[in-house]
Formats: sequence, structure tokens, C-alpha cells
Amino acid sequence: MAETAHETHGEEPHRRDFIHIAAMATGAVGVAATVWPFIDQMNPSGDTLALASIEQDISKVTPGQQLVVLWRGKPVFVRHRTPAEIAAAVKDDHADMRDPATDASRTKPGKQEWLILIGVCTHLGCVPSFGTGDYGGWFCPCHGSVYDTAGRIRKGPAPKNLELPDYEFTGPTKVKIG
Amino acid sequence: MSGHSTYEPKTSFERWLDVRLPILRMAHDTAIDFPTPKNLNYWWTFGGILAVCLVIQIVTGLVLAMHYVANAGLAFNSVEHIMRDVNHGWMIRYIHANGASMFFLAVYVHIARGLYYGSYKAPREILWLLGCVIYLLMMATAFMGYVLPWGQMSYYGAVVITNLFSAFDRLIPGVGTAITTWLWGGFAVDNATLNRFFSLHYLLPFMIAGVVGLHIWALHVPGNNNPTGVDVKSKEDTVPFHPYYTVKDAFAILVFLLLFSWFVFFAPEALGHADNQVPANPLVTPIHIVPEWYFLPFYAILRAVPDKLIGVLLMFSAIAMLFLLPWLDTSKVRSMRYRPMARWFFLIFIAATLGLGWCGGKLPDDVVIAVGQDAVSGEPTGFTVVMLSRVLATYYFAYFLLVLPLLGLFEKTLAVPDTISTPVLPKGGASMPTGATASPEKKG
Amino acid sequence: MTDLSMGFRTAFSRVRVSMLAVLAVALFGVAAQPALAKTTAREAEGVSFSFEGPFGVFDQAELQRGYKVYAEVCSACHSMKLLSYRDLAQAGGPFYDPKHPNLPPAQSPYAKAIAAQYKVSDIDHDTGDVIERTATPADHFRAPFPNEYAARAANGGALPPDLSVIARAREGGPAYIYKLLLGYEEPPKGMTVPDGKYYNPYMPGDMGSFWSGPKDKVPEGGFISMAKQLTPDRVQFDDKTPSTAENEAHAVATFLAWAADPHMVERKQTGLAVMLFLLVFTGLTYLSYRQIWRNVAH
Repeated sequence: MAETAHETHGEEPHRRDFIHIAAMATGAVGVAATVWPFIDQMNPSGDTLALASIEQDISKVTPGQQLVVLWRGKPVFVRHRTPAEIAAAVKDDHADMRDPATDASRTKPGKQEWLILIGVCTHLGCVPSFGTGDYGGWFCPCHGSVYDTAGRIRKGPAPKNLELPDYEFTGPTKVKIG
Repeated sequence: MSGHSTYEPKTSFERWLDVRLPILRMAHDTAIDFPTPKNLNYWWTFGGILAVCLVIQIVTGLVLAMHYVANAGLAFNSVEHIMRDVNHGWMIRYIHANGASMFFLAVYVHIARGLYYGSYKAPREILWLLGCVIYLLMMATAFMGYVLPWGQMSYYGAVVITNLFSAFDRLIPGVGTAITTWLWGGFAVDNATLNRFFSLHYLLPFMIAGVVGLHIWALHVPGNNNPTGVDVKSKEDTVPFHPYYTVKDAFAILVFLLLFSWFVFFAPEALGHADNQVPANPLVTPIHIVPEWYFLPFYAILRAVPDKLIGVLLMFSAIAMLFLLPWLDTSKVRSMRYRPMARWFFLIFIAATLGLGWCGGKLPDDVVIAVGQDAVSGEPTGFTVVMLSRVLATYYFAYFLLVLPLLGLFEKTLAVPDTISTPVLPKGGASMPTGATASPEKKG
Repeated sequence: MTDLSMGFRTAFSRVRVSMLAVLAVALFGVAAQPALAKTTAREAEGVSFSFEGPFGVFDQAELQRGYKVYAEVCSACHSMKLLSYRDLAQAGGPFYDPKHPNLPPAQSPYAKAIAAQYKVSDIDHDTGDVIERTATPADHFRAPFPNEYAARAANGGALPPDLSVIARAREGGPAYIYKLLLGYEEPPKGMTVPDGKYYNPYMPGDMGSFWSGPKDKVPEGGFISMAKQLTPDRVQFDDKTPSTAENEAHAVATFLAWAADPHMVERKQTGLAVMLFLLVFTGLTYLSYRQIWRNVAH
């Protein structure tokens, strides 16, 4: 009896193995399917996603000033640029830059005075301070990245220009972000 | 039985690890090659089922804690946020909420199995006591977890249970009040109470996991009991845990999960109370407050006595009985399979406990057997729920304090087989191993 | 072992005697307790819904009708604080558009149009004043009263309950809601109805102290502070469903069932898949188990 109890190989090895393999494979599928809800619950929830777009009245932002609004938990810079700031940015369109971009590509046509950017340094996520740095754009206090008046990276460790959010003008001085 | 290890490291890494941290050896000896009686029936699969329950509760609980807010003003809404807006949040919460019930269902079967087959007897007393500690921790965890959604039942459950301790004022004046105030962190159950309950509800499951580790350790020293209650005498009484019991446990776990899933997906509120969907309101108590089903027998014992202190003491004694059990049962025979009288008393005990659970869910004055009619109100009078609770509670205690101690001295038991293998061997016992006729007292 | 347990037994014998004394007191001592209030209500029976059973689903047209009943009747007094306008357009909701399954609910034109009908209070970021602005899909349903005190003051001291989870928060759920809304009856002779209250046999209550008739014939049910609301033609349905009180009550009960459990259909469908999978897995494991154990006598 002892021999039979511990016997591990009998006749028809293939059919037996198939059942064990099928059971274990099914178990693996089950585990994989169970893991998904536990990962998916970490994605943004319904109420978070619902707040993903905001409408902002920008009529009170005077030239040379910027408005900072909170969008998706991050600051968005709405900068009303002076003609001099626009000219400075356009002049440098073809300068040697880490992340080349023209000034026109960073604003909406006919709305060149409005520069709307996500106010998060592309280096490690700090919020650059307004109107400081060598180019009069922004200067990031954390590690010294310098952005110009089009939000392009000019000096320092940041790899990319300040990001543009999805936005559109819903009126002359009304903008919908997201 | 926990003799020498059969682990043989196969790769050079395993050999390297084995002399530094023999964790693979431990896993091999406890879960792979552990010699397990070959006659374990399905009642023995509930240990594995309970392990799965604990893992499910901890994993889903961790996830819920990512979204839950332990604040009296926000808790109810944060639970609804989980139910409505968190991706798959409804599923995870319903698994956790019903998981508590499933956990208790499994633990009651597990305890009943231990009672029937005498698994608490020498040399497994520590194993049994650790199990009782786990059960206590489970009750504390479940109670505090039920408070967290901060509905009406949560709130008044917390109010009633914390007020139990005020009964101790009768023993030492001031002590009961001090304990309740200290539990509340205020003048009543409030935000401070909710916060500390959340903290402890998060902590206790890990303590349960720790005691489960000790419970398994204490199991592997004497090895499993088995339906005959006869000690393992030779290698031929056992099979290696893997694959024999891994696959049997897996099958049982899956059947259990079918039941579990039915509740989660098709009747998720069946074991809950509608009143707990109403946010906690300290100004209004729901008309009929009852604890969760798994506490109902104890609730019935509490209400069976008109005296507050005695009721509370009796309720705690009902649990204390389990702790004393290894020294209350005097029978030399472990398994009730060979104790025909004890088997009847056991069945009545199970029925009494279920009956107490039924009583716990009823109003104390509900009439079970109508005898007459009240002259004024016309309501039927007779044998009420509270009277039935008294009869059943008396039996509950008598089972532990009279039946088990006395029965072992007087009962006539059936012949106990010499070895586990004997009952299943063909007539004549063809391959009876030599030296397997040691006396049953050898282990004691 | 035997000596040890004997020792313990002697030690516990004294405890046992005192326990028995306690039990004896408990069983035969003071038996009578004051009679408890008996709450009664008529059973909510004889109504069925499309979403019952494991395969039941919500009828979207009825959900829309139910929302209309809520918006035009109930929302005058009852808040639904846990719901947002976007929820109406989520998968399975009253205004979900199956043609655009990937459109976020907050972008749904239906949710936007419904939200635009309401004003919610906010703070003007320039002046700090409290203002009323047009709601967006992300906003919660507009509450009829700014706070509980205002709600009580406007309703004779009674607080209209929030309806977000009402179908889960009442025994009987949607069937109870349906029956309660239609179940108003003339109070029977011998019943004193307090001012501002209405008799409804489906409302749980204890009529004992309001009843002068025979004590063994106390009517079931209780008083409710809400007058009968749903009458024929109270709500005109856009889909030509007759505006009977029954249809109105059935639709709003359906809507409230959805609002309390918006993932119900998803839950049951997931459940069917899970159960089928588990059945297959259990079957395979059982075969595996039989294979492994086939040579063991046990």
C-alpha cells in the first residue's frame, strides 16, 4: 500500500499531466483577471476625471501679468504678454535651443498675447517663479532651470519646454482648459 | 512528526541560501513534504479556506484604506465614493464586507470541527488556545470594521458595545466609566472613536496573521489531528501535504469561493442592514438594532439576563468556555466518532448555538410558542424569545461545564482503531505494519 | 496530561458552582421585561421590476422617466447629495449614450444640458462673494435647501431624507418606495392623525397610542410627514407613457434603485462571468484531485 500511495507515475501520463496543467493554467488566468481590478482602482476615479476641464475668465489679467489657476491639481500659467515680451520670444525662434519650438507654435493663432502653460518645471516638477531668470520668462528655484517668455527651456537641467495644456478660447477672454 | 527535514537543495543558489536563511527548507517542510494523515475529510479544508479569507480581507482592506476617510463628517460619503466613483470600488468593498461574513462562517465550521473531533485535546492545547486568540482578534476586528462606514448600525453598534464596559462600574465604581470614556475619546462615540477604531482595524489583521503563524507552527509540532483521533503511527498513515492536500484544499477553496461570489455579486446586501445605509445620527436610534449575524448568539446570551453586569459577564464567559475547553473535557477518546453519547450532546450544542443566533435576531418579547392572550392588548403571550434564550444559554454553558467533564467519566465509548489505516484496510489487514499496535496513551 | 487536567478541574469546580448560580438566577429570576414598541407595516408585495434577478437590467427609458419624476416632483424637497449630473450619463445610467461608449460622462451633451438647467452656489474668485453659477456635469445635484435646519423649517419640522441611497436604506427597497408612494389611505375610524401627518400603512410605525379602537386591531403602518404626491398627470412623460400614478411611482422607484446602486448591472454581469469561470476551474481542480488521490486508500 505504501508503494501505491506514493507512486507518482502510472499509466497514461499524458492525460494526467494535461488535467493538472489545465487546472493550473486556469488558476493563472484567474489570478491575472483578479489582479486587474486591484490595479485599476489606483487609476483616477470618476469624480477626479469629471473635474478634468475648467472654464476661466481671463479678462482681468493685464498685460505683463500672469494668472495662476489650479487644473488637475497642478498650476496653469495664463500669461498676458506685452508686445516686447512677444518680440523677444519671436526673435529667438531660431536660436540654439534644447527643445526647439517657434513662438507661434506655443500660442493660438491671433491670440499671441496669451501664453497658457502648465506651470510645472519639466525637470523634477517644481513651480517656476514668474518674471525672473535671464530671459524674463520663468526661473525654477529648485535646480535653476531658466525659461524664456515663450516658456522654452534656455538654461539649466530641465529637458523640455514648459508643457501646453489642451485649451481653447470659448470667447474673447474666456478660455476652457482641458 | 516534525522530525528531520527531507529538503534537498537542488541548485547552487538554493544551497547558498540554505546555510544563510533556510526559508525554502522551512517552506518545504511545512507545506510540501509535511506528513499529513491520509484520512482527513472535507471539514479539514477549512484551515486553508480561512487562510484564503485572511489574505482576501487584508488585500481588499489595504485597497479600501486608500480611498476611505476616517472622519465622522466624511466617512459615510467616502464609502459611497468607493461604491460609485472608484474603479471597481463597488466590487472591492463588497468582497471586503461579505468577506467578513464568509470568514466567520468558515471559522465557525473550523471550530465546530475541532469540537467534534477533539482537536483541542493533548497535545494540541496550545494550538487550540492560539485559535481562540485568533477568534477573539477576529471579533474585535470585525466589530471595529463595521463601525467604519459610519451608518446608523455602525454608530449604534459602537455605542452599545462600548457601553458594555460601563457595566464594570458595579464591580469597581468608576472603572467601567473610565474604560468607556477611554474607548470613546470624548463624551460619546464620535470622531475620535472612529479614528482610533480605524487605526486598530488596520492593525489587528496583521496581528491575526502573526498569531496564524504561531497557530500553524503549533500545528506542525504534533501534526494534524484526524477523523479517527488516533495518532499517526507510521509513514503509511500519512501522505505528503503536497500534492495530496494542496489539491484537496484548492478544490474546497474554490467551492467556497463560489458561495462567496454568489453573495458578492448577486446578494451583496443580504447579510447587511438597510439602516446602515442611513448616515450616523446621534439624535435618533434605529427601531430595531441587531449586530451582524456572527455575533447574534452572544447577543442573545447578553439579553437573556435582565441584569446588565451579569449579562455582560455571561457573554464574555461564553467565549471563555472555549479557552477552558481542553481542561474541561475528561474523555480519553479524542474523536466523537467513537463517543455515541457525546455525539448527541454535540449535535444539541450546535442546535442550541444556532437557536441562540436565531433568538439574537428577534425582539426579546416576541412569542415563540403562544399559550394565551394578553387581556389588555390582545397580543399573544407565552414562551418568549428571551425565555428560549435562557434555556439555550443554559445548555450552552452546561455543555462545557457539565456534559464534557462528566461524560468522559461515565460514557461507554466504541472500540477505537489501533491506527488510522486500520478502518480502511481490507478485511484481515493484509499489510498491517509491524509495531503499529502501540498503546493509545503513548503520545499523551 | 491526566494529572494536569485533574488539577485544573479542581481549580475550576468552584468557578463552575458560582456560574451555575448565576445561570439559575438568569433563568428563573426576574422574567418580565417592559413590553417593547411593536413596529408594523404592510408588506410591500405585488410589484416587480425589470432589474430583479441575476439577469435583470435597468430599462433605460424608465430610468429617464424616473429622473423626470424626481426632477419635477421629489427634488422640491428631497436632496440627492451623492449624485452628480455626470452620473446620469455614466454607463448604465438614464442618459448613457451607447453610441459613444468612450465619451467621459462629464463630456456628455445630455449631462451638460441637464446641468445647465440648474444654478449652484459658488464663490466668485475675484470678489469673494457667494454667487450662483450655472452647474456643470461635475457638480452634485442641487439640494433644495441650503442646510438641514432650512429643510426642517420649510417642512413643518420634518426632514425630507436624502434620496441618494434610499432604495438601499429601506427594507423592501424599490418595492417599498413604490407601495409607499401609492399607499396613502383614509385613516380608519378610531385613529387620531396628528397635524401635518398622513396615514400610510406601508410606513413602519406603531399606531398603538393613536388608536382608540379595539386593542387587538391596531392598524398596521405609521404616519408620514409627506402628503400624497404622485397623482395622474402630475408628470408628463416625453415617450408617451401614460401619466398614471402607478407609472410615475414605478419609474421613480426604478430611478432611485439605480441611483442607490448604479453599478448593479455591471455587478451582476461580472458575477456571471466569475461564477462560470469558477465552475470550470472547480471542475478541473476536482479532476486533478481525483487523479492525485486515485491510488490512496483513505
